[in-house]
Amino acid sequence: MDFSISISGFVALYIFMLAGFAGWVIIGHVPAILHTPLMSGSNFVHGIVVVGGIFALLNASTTLEQAIGFFAVLLGAGNAAGGYAVTDRMLAMFQTSEHQPAHAKSGRAKAHRPKKG
Amino acid sequence: MLTIIPQLLIGAADLAAAFLFLYGLKRMSSPVTAPSGIFVAGLGMVVAILASFLYAFDVTTEARPFLATNIGLAFVALVVGGGAAWWSGRKVAMTAMPQMVALYNGMGGGAAGAIAAVELFGGKSQGATQLIVTLAGALIGAVSLSGSLIAWGKLDGVINKPLRFKGQQLVNGLVFMATLVVGGYLVFAVEAGAAPLIATPDLIYLFFALALVFGILMTLPIGGADMPVVISVYNAFTGLAVGLEGFVLQNPALMIAGMVVGAAGLLLTLLMAKAMNRSVSNILFTNFGAVTKQKQGDIKGSLKPAEAGDAGIFMRYVKEVIIVPGYGLAVAQGQQKLYEFVKLLQSADVTVKFAIHPVAGRMPGQMDVLLAEAGVPYDLIFQLDDINDEFANADVALVIGANDVVNPAARTDKSSPIFGMPILNADKAKKVFVVKRGEGKGYAGIQNALFYGDNCDMVYGDAQAVLIKMIEAVRSLGLSAAA
Repeated sequence: MDFSISISGFVALYIFMLAGFAGWVIIGHVPAILHTPLMSGSNFVHGIVVVGGIFALLNASTTLEQAIGFFAVLLGAGNAAGGYAVTDRMLAMFQTSEHQPAHAKSGRAKAHRPKKG
Repeated sequence: MLTIIPQLLIGAADLAAAFLFLYGLKRMSSPVTAPSGIFVAGLGMVVAILASFLYAFDVTTEARPFLATNIGLAFVALVVGGGAAWWSGRKVAMTAMPQMVALYNGMGGGAAGAIAAVELFGGKSQGATQLIVTLAGALIGAVSLSGSLIAWGKLDGVINKPLRFKGQQLVNGLVFMATLVVGGYLVFAVEAGAAPLIATPDLIYLFFALALVFGILMTLPIGGADMPVVISVYNAFTGLAVGLEGFVLQNPALMIAGMVVGAAGLLLTLLMAKAMNRSVSNILFTNFGAVTKQKQGDIKGSLKPAEAGDAGIFMRYVKEVIIVPGYGLAVAQGQQKLYEFVKLLQSADVTVKFAIHPVAGRMPGQMDVLLAEAGVPYDLIFQLDDINDEFANADVALVIGANDVVNPAARTDKSSPIFGMPILNADKAKKVFVVKRGEGKGYAGIQNALFYGDNCDMVYGDAQAVLIKMIEAVRSLGLSAAA
């Protein structure tokens, strides 16, 4: 059996077309309120480029290739990790009126504290 | 046998990753399921990265002697790059989010470009199609890298003013053409057998240098308020570059993830452009400042200043207040104080809603995030289409740090440069308070008829300072009533 992947010409175009369509439809349903986390989230998703970087680096056979490959993995890892960190942080902030986050409650308590005198 | 099992595992892991990305993004379509969505996508990333080390079982014979070093280098790069970005992402302030996203995006573009560089310098591309796709990915990735870095510099305040000079478009066009010519020559030379790719490193350097310079030149003239569009465009670019390099590396997970992001970026770009009533090419390739030097109709009426405390007390005794926050609020770091004021109004049985314009902030949806950070529940936050009809019923529209997005000239004045732009109908409210630092014009450089309306009072001052005064006024009122 052979599990090596070979994608050529039209197969690639089919993949691009279907993936692009899927992205368009999925993203089209995201409400505007989530557009920033969506953008950083999709930014995180293209951090998958780090996998390509690892492939290139492992197959590097000259110092130049090693240097550029290292650079590719470094940047790709930064893209993925950073994108995840900020998206996760932002999404944790969205709360409804019924589920007030703890810090907002403490803020409310502060708001009702009478002023000096 | 030694290669079949790793191949199978990598194939399965990448398939799982592609599914998890799509499923994760799907779950991001509601604030309730969104946190689990990013976790699902993150799981896909971890699976794909772990599996990618199995490539070590199937490296080319030339690379075999370097394998141990290369695996070590990959670990170091993962830990250093990932660690530094994680740390910065955890630490960054929410107001600085646009430049952070621009930076991470540039990294992705740079990684795609670097992969292309490894392929090109190693002479690994086979056939004209692969070579052309590699070069296209390299071009887009490099433009995304340098362009995103400039966008980061602008958003972070390192680069203060848009750089514009005469004949700029011509220069940009020439640099772009030169990049294409060098790329085309590379393809031609290799295909005609005149020179093997590996013997033309100078041309490859030149190609990358031109692409990077083009990214810089293209971004420099674009102004700060157009950044939501620029960030979306570069996000789409990086996705596209990743997808193209995925084809070169014959990795369908990269192809799918890249193209999904490309489509997402394109969609957001078009949404932002629509919200500004300008075409994408108009935003990217023309200078907004030059268009606005048109004659404007005279505006009748006068600016009526009001005291912050009086405005605050006025709002305490009405039924409904709609707040229109703009970037000025974020600049003044007034979100926390704003929500404190809102809670005071709510405890006095005033209905308070937030109306967000699509381009409020420096990236799509940034104002929503800033309000969420301050603790504002998202069921109080409404988007333009959902709330615009409600202004007519509202007692007060409180405009804080926003200007062009509430300018009625966009509806009425055909000669206005922003005519046709969807705006929030704050002027339809019975009473309008505008919190503003001074009498200056907005980003578009035009007078705002809203400010001169009979129903409008201007509250001058820093947004945060004004809100503190409003809070104190309303609170002292409550105390005296209780006493």
